[in-house]
Amino acid sequence: MAANTEITGAARSRAATLRILPPGLYAGRASKVLERSLLVSKKMWLVFLSGIVEPAVYLLAFQIGFGRLVTEVVGPGGEVMSYAAFVAPALMMASAMNGAVYDATFNVFFKIRHARTYEGMLATPVGPVDIAMGEISWSMLRGGLYAVAFLAIMTLLGLSGSPWVVLLVPVALLVAFTFAALGMACVTFIRTVSQFDYIQLAVMPLFLFSATFYPLSVYPEPLRPVVQLSPLYHGIELARELSVGVVEPAMLGHVGYLAALAALGLWVTSRRLAGLLLR
Amino acid sequence: MAAVGERSAREPSPLVSAKALVKRFGEFEAVRGIDVEVVKGEAFGFLGPNGAGKSSAMRMVGCVSPRSDGDLRVLDMDPQVDGPSIRARLGVVPQEDNLDTELSIRQNLQVYGRYFGLSRAHVRAKATELMEFAQLTERADDEVDTLSGGMKRRLTIARSLVNDPDLLLLDEPTTGLDPQARHLLWDRLFRLKQLGVTLLITTHYMDEAEQLCDRLVIMDNGRIVAEGSPPELIACYSSREVLELRFAPGESGDVASTVDGLADRVEVLPDRVLLYTENGEAALSATHARGVRPLSCLVRRSTLEDVFLRLTGRTLVD
Repeated sequence: MAANTEITGAARSRAATLRILPPGLYAGRASKVLERSLLVSKKMWLVFLSGIVEPAVYLLAFQIGFGRLVTEVVGPGGEVMSYAAFVAPALMMASAMNGAVYDATFNVFFKIRHARTYEGMLATPVGPVDIAMGEISWSMLRGGLYAVAFLAIMTLLGLSGSPWVVLLVPVALLVAFTFAALGMACVTFIRTVSQFDYIQLAVMPLFLFSATFYPLSVYPEPLRPVVQLSPLYHGIELARELSVGVVEPAMLGHVGYLAALAALGLWVTSRRLAGLLLR
Repeated sequence: MAAVGERSAREPSPLVSAKALVKRFGEFEAVRGIDVEVVKGEAFGFLGPNGAGKSSAMRMVGCVSPRSDGDLRVLDMDPQVDGPSIRARLGVVPQEDNLDTELSIRQNLQVYGRYFGLSRAHVRAKATELMEFAQLTERADDEVDTLSGGMKRRLTIARSLVNDPDLLLLDEPTTGLDPQARHLLWDRLFRLKQLGVTLLITTHYMDEAEQLCDRLVIMDNGRIVAEGSPPELIACYSSREVLELRFAPGESGDVASTVDGLADRVEVLPDRVLLYTENGEAALSATHARGVRPLSCLVRRSTLEDVFLRLTGRTLVD
């Protein structure tokens, strides 16, 4: 009897130390969840195509239209560059964001509320943390894929001047991961399809006001900290600097901010999935 | 630790052991302290009306719902701590199908096997074997949504077997199926039982419980109200036979006093009088002798349904 009590006590204290993520929520099977998405995605090539076309059209518009009006801007490091080359890395990050958010919201909502896909998964060793990590990783890959396609178009149009642009791919993946994690966390709170408008309401200003089309210095001083709250802003800063080969310590701050938000999104998603499905 | 070793040498520890198990949802108590032991190789049933707490109990055993109070051991582990390790050895057939509608039938089985960490080669072979078992081989590459209700159920059962589970949890496995589909499913479940798979089944179908369960508990209102094998329960809570006398609506009440004393127990319903007795034919002659003239009469063996209705009442639970 005494031994029994001891075991229960040990289990309790173990449970207490893992309060942040209770035991049993992670089984190291996130890759299997990702595998499922890859299998499903084989049927969805048309969706990818549409996701790539949109930012490409934007890019063309800037190259042909705006580029004629605003010919040159001062880029990172004080270098003068064409406006299209200034905007291109930002649009690439935006396409990573869009791809990730789209996947992490619409598709995940369907699986939580209608298809009961996750309930099936949770009857196996797979836990909510595995699901969150697997699904967010998949959304990241999708956003990353959009970004890579965008980079190819950029290169075709002669907008990726320096070989440094290959570094934009990992930045795009980080941006996509962060937005996928935040998007999936938000979608766990959504109950009806009409509430998706709130997500659109958040994404649109992020796209327009994250120093996407003009540098931060254009904003009045008091507004700048607000712009700097945007995760996309940090991704764009990183991408823009790297596109012209500027590397500086402040970049660590951008990476840190994005990584912190990604971790927050992952944590909230895992907790919410557990709360919704493991009642 | 020595005590644990001693015990397992003497008798195998039960696959499921619940003591004073409680599940609360806010103020509402779905399971109000149940004691259950399921041993290896048996088919154990949770029988009860809707809302009796069967599914809540099942979800706790399946490690997808934390217990609110009491003790629960599944496969000699604690669901709260070892959920993934326990689930690795369980097969689960949920009440509502949650097949992956974005995958084909074969893919459903293969992907599910991968969630258990099984190798690609293994799940490929296993999927083929299970489609054979579920009679779905010809539909292997079809979408899930093209399947009939019975086929989906069979696929769900096939899917639950992908990891060769030690314990199979079936939550109302045949609800909503036509008789043909139900009998085919029972046949499959019976085969599993023959193979030594331990089954834990919830149902509100008495015939299902009588067909499949070696032992069962009847639950009502979150509590266990009776426990035993189907024949034991019938012997304990009903009689060997039942005589049913049918009357025009409203007339049955008058008969009640006339047939008094002719059976162990008499139940008066608006259109029928039921006499629970060891010998139905004898009771029938006796009622005739007393001048009772029903519209029709029927002598039948007592079933689990009689036990069930006696214990959980005839009031509709919604």
